[in-house]
Amino acid sequence: MQSSHSASAPGGAKLAAHFASLDVQKHAARLGMWLFLATEILLFAGLFACYAAYRFLFPEAWAASSRSLDLLMGSINTIVLITSSFTAAMAVHYAKEGKNKLVGHMFFLTLLMAGAFLVIKYFEYKHKFHIGTLPGRYYFYDGIQVPGAPMFFTVYFASTALHAFHVIIGMTVLAIIMVRAYRKGDFGPNNYTAVELGSMYWHLVDLVWIFLFPMLYLV
Amino acid sequence: MRASWVRALWTTDHKQVARQYLWGGLGFLLLGGLLALLIRWQWAWPGQPVPGLAWALPESRGALTPPTYTVLFTLHGLVMIFFAVTPLLFGALGHFVLPLAIGARGFAFPRLSAAGFWAYAVGGALVLASFAVRLGPASAGWTSYPPLATPAFTPGVGQTLMTVAILCVGVSAFSYGLNFVVTVVRCRAPGMTWGRMPLVVWGLFYGAVLNVLFVPVLAAATLLLLLDRVAGTQFFIAGAAAVGGGGDPIVYQHLFWLFGHPEVYILILPAWGMVGDFVAYFSRKPAHGYRLTAGAMGAVTAMSGLVYAHHLFTSGLSPVLGRAFMVLTLLISLPAEVMFLNWLMTLWRGSVRLTSPMLAALATMVVFGLGGITGLALGAVATDVPLHGTMWVVGHFHLTMGAASFLAVFAGLYFWFPKMYGRALHEGLAKAHVLASAVLFVGVFGGQLAAGYAGQLRRLYDPYQYTYLKHLLPLNQWTTGCAFLLGAAQLLFVGNLVWTLWRGRAAEPNPWSVGTLEWTCATSPPAPDNYATEPVVLRGPHVLSQPDVQQQLGRDWIGQAEAAVLGGTE
Repeated sequence: MQSSHSASAPGGAKLAAHFASLDVQKHAARLGMWLFLATEILLFAGLFACYAAYRFLFPEAWAASSRSLDLLMGSINTIVLITSSFTAAMAVHYAKEGKNKLVGHMFFLTLLMAGAFLVIKYFEYKHKFHIGTLPGRYYFYDGIQVPGAPMFFTVYFASTALHAFHVIIGMTVLAIIMVRAYRKGDFGPNNYTAVELGSMYWHLVDLVWIFLFPMLYLV
Repeated sequence: MRASWVRALWTTDHKQVARQYLWGGLGFLLLGGLLALLIRWQWAWPGQPVPGLAWALPESRGALTPPTYTVLFTLHGLVMIFFAVTPLLFGALGHFVLPLAIGARGFAFPRLSAAGFWAYAVGGALVLASFAVRLGPASAGWTSYPPLATPAFTPGVGQTLMTVAILCVGVSAFSYGLNFVVTVVRCRAPGMTWGRMPLVVWGLFYGAVLNVLFVPVLAAATLLLLLDRVAGTQFFIAGAAAVGGGGDPIVYQHLFWLFGHPEVYILILPAWGMVGDFVAYFSRKPAHGYRLTAGAMGAVTAMSGLVYAHHLFTSGLSPVLGRAFMVLTLLISLPAEVMFLNWLMTLWRGSVRLTSPMLAALATMVVFGLGGITGLALGAVATDVPLHGTMWVVGHFHLTMGAASFLAVFAGLYFWFPKMYGRALHEGLAKAHVLASAVLFVGVFGGQLAAGYAGQLRRLYDPYQYTYLKHLLPLNQWTTGCAFLLGAAQLLFVGNLVWTLWRGRAAEPNPWSVGTLEWTCATSPPAPDNYATEPVVLRGPHVLSQPDVQQQLGRDWIGQAEAAVLGGTE
């Protein structure tokens, strides 16, 4: 976020010429991130709107299909993801204190849990490909033959896949920050914006799942 | 060191990004305009060969076939909205003016604005590429309504390319939206309070807020449509074409217009801002009711997401919802009225100077007023039902987002061109261009209103196959005549632009005698970091004809950051 002509300031963070102070620059970065996260939620809103409209159109299919999902795996994944958000938040805490090694460790734990989430998701997907609860015209499951069931699984796959895509982006971002914390170790009280923004993004990934889980698995 | 061509293409200087958007936008404006002239040709001389088009359409010897015709009106709409008007208003004028006008050295996220331009460029390249694929470019209308836009009815790759292109301009619009909002909030110069910003900054700011809020909704709807096209999902496919239930095309209409209606305010808010500033500058008076005008723009922004369903009155909407959206739609015209009256009050007893930006601003007011009044008939359910889908709608929205937005683009260009390129345009040619365009805009879109009121449906390939529309042929030919003259009038602009860039004289430092930062604290064109020393703002943008200033400085304006020993000028 810095322009080419920037001046060094204590603590490693660089001040770009178009900002009055580091505080202002940090606030601008945070504001930008908040706006970005808001638009991410709006991006999911299209799928939420489809979910609402088609749930209203096909209530029986929604109930039957939702029951066929693996509630145990879904619950485990929810716990894993919420815990990973906790370690991401701890990373910000340590970054403010300049404990770079702990920042790296916390993000490592976060990444570990994110990986676990994706593995569990993979087994859920694999099962669905096996029995045929697939989107739209690829649906071939005999267990639920109600109009609208293929639509439920279209919404299921589209929203969980979009979410998984965000998980992967988030993992990439966190991995880059983790390497920086281990190698360069330059995070401190004046320079933790990267950790904070990465962690904010991870909370968004978590938050979207907190909406998806009850919508798809519970109700 | 980076190679010079990389530096020329990947620039984080907001003024250079603005110039890139300007040329891209003008190029697509030319393309969109030519497409419009072809549509007009078809309505005046249906099925007759278009002179000089035989090379493109050899099989029909230059005559427009129905498939070609659907491509034309689809691309005209998409190109004009996403690749011409928005990039010119926000990409060119917004990128150039916004940091300068608030006394900033650049955008909060300079690399984001460069990336945004390239997203736009990729989208534009996809549109151009779609002319080369089998079955031609997109042809499902600018709204891309399913089921027409699904592969069942529009199988061509061109439609898919256009869907991706819309996502690209969505990324671009979202990125400058975010950048504008953060920049206005965090990068204003010392002393540049919210109440001292020029009105154009308010317009751009509100427009940017709407971009951030509603472009993602368009992206969501378009992504789902893209999945329907390429991945075999059925979000918007219903009936016999669907398997096991299928989706509902109306859901797309809701998502699309939840973006689509705020989009028309995105296209007009910067224009409103410019009109507000220009009537003040060139009446040599402070803007009447500055706070009320800025507040009215804010009220429109806040309400703009709550009126969209008036596009769906005839799509199958609960009558209760119809009534609610009718009331909200009619309500949103109230703040617009407040703003309009403030402009008139600014002009009232002003010392009006009819410069080219002022003429364009006044013309914007006129066509916007006409567009607003004709829109009331579409906001009320009872009158919308017969008028929906007719040329009346076409005339109405062209007056607002066609005529008004483009005249505002020209107002802005004529005003800031000397600052952008350091050269002065020919004032006489500019005035002739504005006047001719304004009159002909009213001719073309007035003709469309009349045809629509007589019952001509929009998008008809040959309206005269219906007996009840046969008598409209002379009217349509007259409208087409106006359209071709309007196209020809743009040569005045092109000629002026080319001549000025080639031979134009150097611009004076402050040709319009205004006090805003870009004209009083920066060179023309401004240095890469805009201001040699950071301006400290002391007063608002419209301090004009103040007696104490006149007494002390001998002129009727004072710079926003000009230190002077004055008693209480705000």
